[in-house]
Amino acid sequence: MSINISAFLDSLNIMLSGMVSIFIVMLVIYGIIILMGKVFSPKKKKSK
Amino acid sequence: METFLNNMGALFENVTNITWQMVVMWLIGAVLIYLAIKKEMEPSLLLPMGFGVILVNLPFSGAITQGTEEGALSVLFNAGIANELFPLLLFIGIGAMIDFGPLLSNPKMLLFGAAAQFGIFFALSMASLLGFELKDAASIGIIGAADGPTSIFVANFFQSNYSAAITVAAYSYMALVPMIQPPIIKMITTKKERLIRMKYTPKDISPAVRILFPIIVTVIAGLVAPKSVALIGFLMFGNLIRECGVLRSLSETAQNILANLITIFLGITVAVNMNAETFLRWETILIFILGLIAFVFDTIGGVLFAKLLNLFSKNKINPMIGAAGISAFPMASRIVHKMGRDEDPNNFLLMHAAGANVAGQVGSVIAGGLVMTLVSAALGM
Repeated sequence: MSINISAFLDSLNIMLSGMVSIFIVMLVIYGIIILMGKVFSPKKKKSK
Repeated sequence: METFLNNMGALFENVTNITWQMVVMWLIGAVLIYLAIKKEMEPSLLLPMGFGVILVNLPFSGAITQGTEEGALSVLFNAGIANELFPLLLFIGIGAMIDFGPLLSNPKMLLFGAAAQFGIFFALSMASLLGFELKDAASIGIIGAADGPTSIFVANFFQSNYSAAITVAAYSYMALVPMIQPPIIKMITTKKERLIRMKYTPKDISPAVRILFPIIVTVIAGLVAPKSVALIGFLMFGNLIRECGVLRSLSETAQNILANLITIFLGITVAVNMNAETFLRWETILIFILGLIAFVFDTIGGVLFAKLLNLFSKNKINPMIGAAGISAFPMASRIVHKMGRDEDPNNFLLMHAAGANVAGQVGSVIAGGLVMTLVSAALGM
């Protein structure tokens, strides 16, 4: 086992893609929770 | 007399097959059992694992397959770990245990569940730098998910040569979170930041939102990282059973009987890979160091992200909340709450931290799926 700079540089691409993807997924879930909160808010039910 | 001596000789012949490596493994098994009982470190996993280590490291142990003779632990391993079934079944139980209420009340916490996965990718890169194959580097990085079943699942998915060391490191560091996180948090936050108070306004979460949440998360995560469907799907299935309101007895079974049963088998079966030949090598030490790096950078990622948000936010976030974005539940949230109380006895961060912590559970599973998808693509799998 030895230091492998090229593998490290390749892995940075995975790091970037992984972190960006996880933030995108979480932001989408975040948006949907907000949306669901508005659609199914208990207040709205009462006003109906 | 001669027959008697011959019989005795035959009976104890196996003693001569003991090697020093086996003795070292017995000691490792004993340490795991000690940590489980005396220090109460993840006892439900470390105790069966410790006993399993002793079982598989007896010369010609009948517990594991020897030649054509099948051993019970090997059969269990093939039935439940080689095909990733046990970690998935355990996820149903974990999903049934999680209350996503604090997260649904304050969905902003989801972002910390993303930021605190940074350690996974950082450790993956470090392992690549140190010369580990990408599939092994990915499996090592996933120790940073702070989630035992995900670590086992991903390491098995990549058929890593180091799955035993990865599993032990993952569970050990999860148990050591109360020792790992506080010094790191203190190192990268100021007293003023640790004193920040956050208002918590509990919201009434409608049952429809609680029911739709696990379904929607499964669909979204599944679309982005199809390889994570089983992981996230089983977790969310457990949560759906909990939240649907009509399957109370199934929910209780999943939380207790199913989770306990699988934990027993999982712990002892994981030990199959912990034989002296595969475990006693210097890479194991390296894996433990990389696992620690993963946990440290998870914490740093979460805290620094909270600081970044504070640059743009009117309502300041206590940056310690970011550290609760790891999956180790409920330890991480309790640590943050306790650290907040230590600085200011009237500062109650628990609900915010709990929100970030359950977000970390979702985040770690999604991160596991993303690692599988990205690394598989890079390897052309």
